[in-house]
Amino acid sequence: MRLPFALRHALREARANGRRLGVYLLAISLGVGALVAIRSFRTDALEAVRQEARGLLGADLELHAGAPLPDSVLAAADSLAAEGVELGRVVRLPTVVIGPHDDVRLVQLHGVSGGWPFYGELRTDPPGVWERLEDARVAVVDPALLIHLGAELGDSLEVGGGRFVIGGTFEGLPPDFGPGAALGPRVVVGERWLAETGLLAFGTLARHHLYFRFPNLEGRQPFIDRYHDSWRRANISFGTAEERAENVTEFLDALTRFLGLVGLAALLLGGVGVAVAVHVFVRERRPVIAVLRCIGATQRTAFSAYLLLAVLLGAAGAAAGVLLGLAVRVLLPGVLGELVPVRVGFSVDMAAAAAGLAAGMGVAVIFALLPLLEVRGIAPLRALREDDSERPAGRRLDPARLGVYACLAAVLVALGVWTAPTPLMGWAFAGALVAVLALLRAVAWLLARALRRWFPHGASFVVRQGMAGLFRPHNQTAAVTVALGFGVFAVGGLWLVQQNLLDWILPEDRAARPTLAVIDVQADQRAAVDAIFTAAGLAAPSYEPIVVARIAALDGVPVDSILDGPRAREVEPWALRREYRNTWRARLSDAEELVAGTWFDAEEADLPRISMEEDLAASLGVGLGSTVTWDVQGRNVATRITSLRAVDWSRFGTNYFVVFEPGALAGAPTTYVSLAEVPDANTRARLQRDLTRRHANLGVLDVAVVQEALARVLDRVTGAIRFMALFTLAGGAAVLFGAVAAARHQRSREAVLLRTLGATRAQVTRILLTEYAVLGAMAGSAGVLLASVAGWALVHWVFRLDFHPHPVGMLGLGLAAALLAAAAGALTGRAPLRRPPLAALRDL
Amino acid sequence: MNAIEARGLTQTYRSGGRPLTVLEDIHLTIRAEEFVAITGPSGSGKTTLLGLLAGLDRPSQGTVSLTGTPLEPLDEDARARFRARHVGFVFQTFQLIPSLTALENVRVPLELVGRDREAEARAGELLARVGLGDRLHHYPQQLSGGEQQRVALARAFVNRPALLFADEPTGSLDTATGAGVIELMEALNTEARTTMVLVTHDPALAARAGRVIRLAAGRLVDGEPQRA
Repeated sequence: MRLPFALRHALREARANGRRLGVYLLAISLGVGALVAIRSFRTDALEAVRQEARGLLGADLELHAGAPLPDSVLAAADSLAAEGVELGRVVRLPTVVIGPHDDVRLVQLHGVSGGWPFYGELRTDPPGVWERLEDARVAVVDPALLIHLGAELGDSLEVGGGRFVIGGTFEGLPPDFGPGAALGPRVVVGERWLAETGLLAFGTLARHHLYFRFPNLEGRQPFIDRYHDSWRRANISFGTAEERAENVTEFLDALTRFLGLVGLAALLLGGVGVAVAVHVFVRERRPVIAVLRCIGATQRTAFSAYLLLAVLLGAAGAAAGVLLGLAVRVLLPGVLGELVPVRVGFSVDMAAAAAGLAAGMGVAVIFALLPLLEVRGIAPLRALREDDSERPAGRRLDPARLGVYACLAAVLVALGVWTAPTPLMGWAFAGALVAVLALLRAVAWLLARALRRWFPHGASFVVRQGMAGLFRPHNQTAAVTVALGFGVFAVGGLWLVQQNLLDWILPEDRAARPTLAVIDVQADQRAAVDAIFTAAGLAAPSYEPIVVARIAALDGVPVDSILDGPRAREVEPWALRREYRNTWRARLSDAEELVAGTWFDAEEADLPRISMEEDLAASLGVGLGSTVTWDVQGRNVATRITSLRAVDWSRFGTNYFVVFEPGALAGAPTTYVSLAEVPDANTRARLQRDLTRRHANLGVLDVAVVQEALARVLDRVTGAIRFMALFTLAGGAAVLFGAVAAARHQRSREAVLLRTLGATRAQVTRILLTEYAVLGAMAGSAGVLLASVAGWALVHWVFRLDFHPHPVGMLGLGLAAALLAAAAGALTGRAPLRRPPLAALRDL
Repeated sequence: MNAIEARGLTQTYRSGGRPLTVLEDIHLTIRAEEFVAITGPSGSGKTTLLGLLAGLDRPSQGTVSLTGTPLEPLDEDARARFRARHVGFVFQTFQLIPSLTALENVRVPLELVGRDREAEARAGELLARVGLGDRLHHYPQQLSGGEQQRVALARAFVNRPALLFADEPTGSLDTATGAGVIELMEALNTEARTTMVLVTHDPALAARAGRVIRLAAGRLVDGEPQRA
């Protein structure tokens, strides 16, 4: 076959050097693999959501509210029955259940009635048990609960003041998306039995859901249009199956795109590897290129040959990456676990594969182009004279070089925007990445400059030789610093953010923090609750009063009028309509700070005084001196805002939007919440059991369990991110070893000469160890520093938490990087050291 | 027609911030099929002159014409194309491409001008002619120095060049091997009727040339009048 010479030469070079360049391509493959895996998973997951859209809600339409739905709403729903619309009701609330062996477990209790779920693939074991829920005191549970409680079908389950037989387990129930979804397994009973549990008392955390199945979807929108204003006024939320699917789609899209960014970082690191590889390769091939030019190859032919080589190798790396990605794709459902609320099938996503192939090749070629431009400047005269000095006149203004930089920037931004959840994030990602790579490159430059300037002339021969290796010609300082530093940056940054989130969820001093919350304690139950604590050998807990209220009017204008009037744009409807759990007390708590006005003093006031959280005041469009009229169980109480507070919501504990001055709510229906410090988990479990058994209306929350449940979810997310970051780390290691291996030829030559001149093997090894340990320490430190800055920025600005630097872990990471580099360096020198100097000399 | 005509060749480099003249005002005419040796002490400008005559570099001043074609108006790529069709090279350090087999190394000049069809047969034929018919698929590192230089000779003659430039072709070989290579080169030269310009330190090798040009400190001292 007639092949152009450039292609023929590229193929020959690939044949001879493919393996050596392969280690860099591994970095490209890892990046492409990560991208293809996550993108093909995304396609499958979104397809699953599309197919199971109705199954995600189990209905066509859902209404839900924090209080029982008003009769008017139920009547309107019932009126649809004549048109063939089916209804189902579910009351959901977190509570504890007690198993047959007295084990206590936090669960999401569902009281169901009617036909819900209308869609999906609900299966029970044994079949038919779901149909018995309304006739018998039977509970159908998540299979996980049986394991937690050591229970079997037929055992009994205490739920509040009620007792149920575990009649079966379910699978395929529409997934839970509420804030309590992560708290524990689900337990389903018939709604009519909930009353017996006593759990629906005033003030519980129950949410009431009403589901609709329309025989003909055309009837749905007119129904929504007709009632949605009244639902809004009654603080009832509503949503369709399509909206639910869209929410899930958006969540999955954001999650997979974010993971994709981590994969993209791996790919770009691979690009850096390619740039290093091609740079070293072109330098080595200068004599060959000069000979080719000598015997008649034009600049263009020589350049094309090596560009084609980059394309060929990039294609090979990207193709391997696609295969790797499809293999990793199989593992992703296990890594993401319950984060993905649908069962995701497996298909070979050709679009993701093609995109991965294109991205891999594009990155390989664009990163190869910069060093490839050097090919143009290799003069044929070099074939005659090794030391021919290059004359790269005006290189900085070389339009081709500027063009490549522009292409590189465009590719980075395009990939960032293509992958990131939002275009802005894509730009930010590309910008941050360029900044990090540039900073690492600058660190390498500074290291070489500093060593040259403050060279340790008094140090031993071994140290001097090792140090000199960092700035001599053909050094690998820049390549190793960028590759290793970037790997440490990516892994360290992710780890820091995860640790800071865990610090928040699971604070170190949590033993001294409230671990048991008892809510809905009625005034007349306090003595009995105290007695249960005392019996357990604990001090009686302290209580905070809670008065549930809604806003009736602001500055004398009723809520409905505000919503219909000109002020509607200035206020946020949710803030006007929500149910507030207010308290009263005389002092600020640790989590609060007064930002305006004065705290309650002894002076007389015209109206009872309240202190409002500053953001809520902004949402309501009120400030100091405004009056707020509260509807407290049907009785209106007018109050005046006399102070504004900043509240640190991130603290686990009781925080309030509104604090009343003591006495202002005298006589209002009050429940109490108690936060107790009970460090021992068994004691907590016993207290939960005793409190629930004797006072079914109480909500008893093991805060530690909640924290651990949140930590588990966080762990899933960060686990998935770390899984993707592994690709970045592996890519970094590949580039590191590749860069070190690239320097091997030069280093071997020096090692052999040193040995010929009388250096021992130990000395040569120590020289290499010194060089790479210093390099690794610098790269590690730079990576750790950049990771800490990035971690701080994310924790401070995105998560709005206090930043903890975790110095020990980060130092460990930096040290590991130094050791890795030293190990790579020591491996480099092994080959020439194993042979007598004479044999090695002959090969030079 | 003269094979090579050089007029007023001067080459100046900047070294340590100061101009350094390595060749000064060289005038030279070499007839077709002539065998010329350029000799002189180290640093006298021999290799620089060879590079300029072969069009590998541009002179600071002066002109070079090869087979009647002035090189001055040709850009880098045009000169490369000219070399591909009309010029062969032999280097002191052989300069074979290490990742290519002997056969592939010899094919390269023909492939560069798109003569792929005849490349295989012609390269094989030439390698057989230099006595390496059984080493076609060996890589350079699997060949001795003498064998490598013979591959280089085959590569130099494969495109039937009008001009052959050789830079110390025996400099890396022992006397006996070097003599063998030179005999082969002369034989090939005679067969192909090539004009040959050879740079060497070796008086014995220079003595085999039809004409010897001596350089000292960048100037011609013998073999060609300073002014034509």
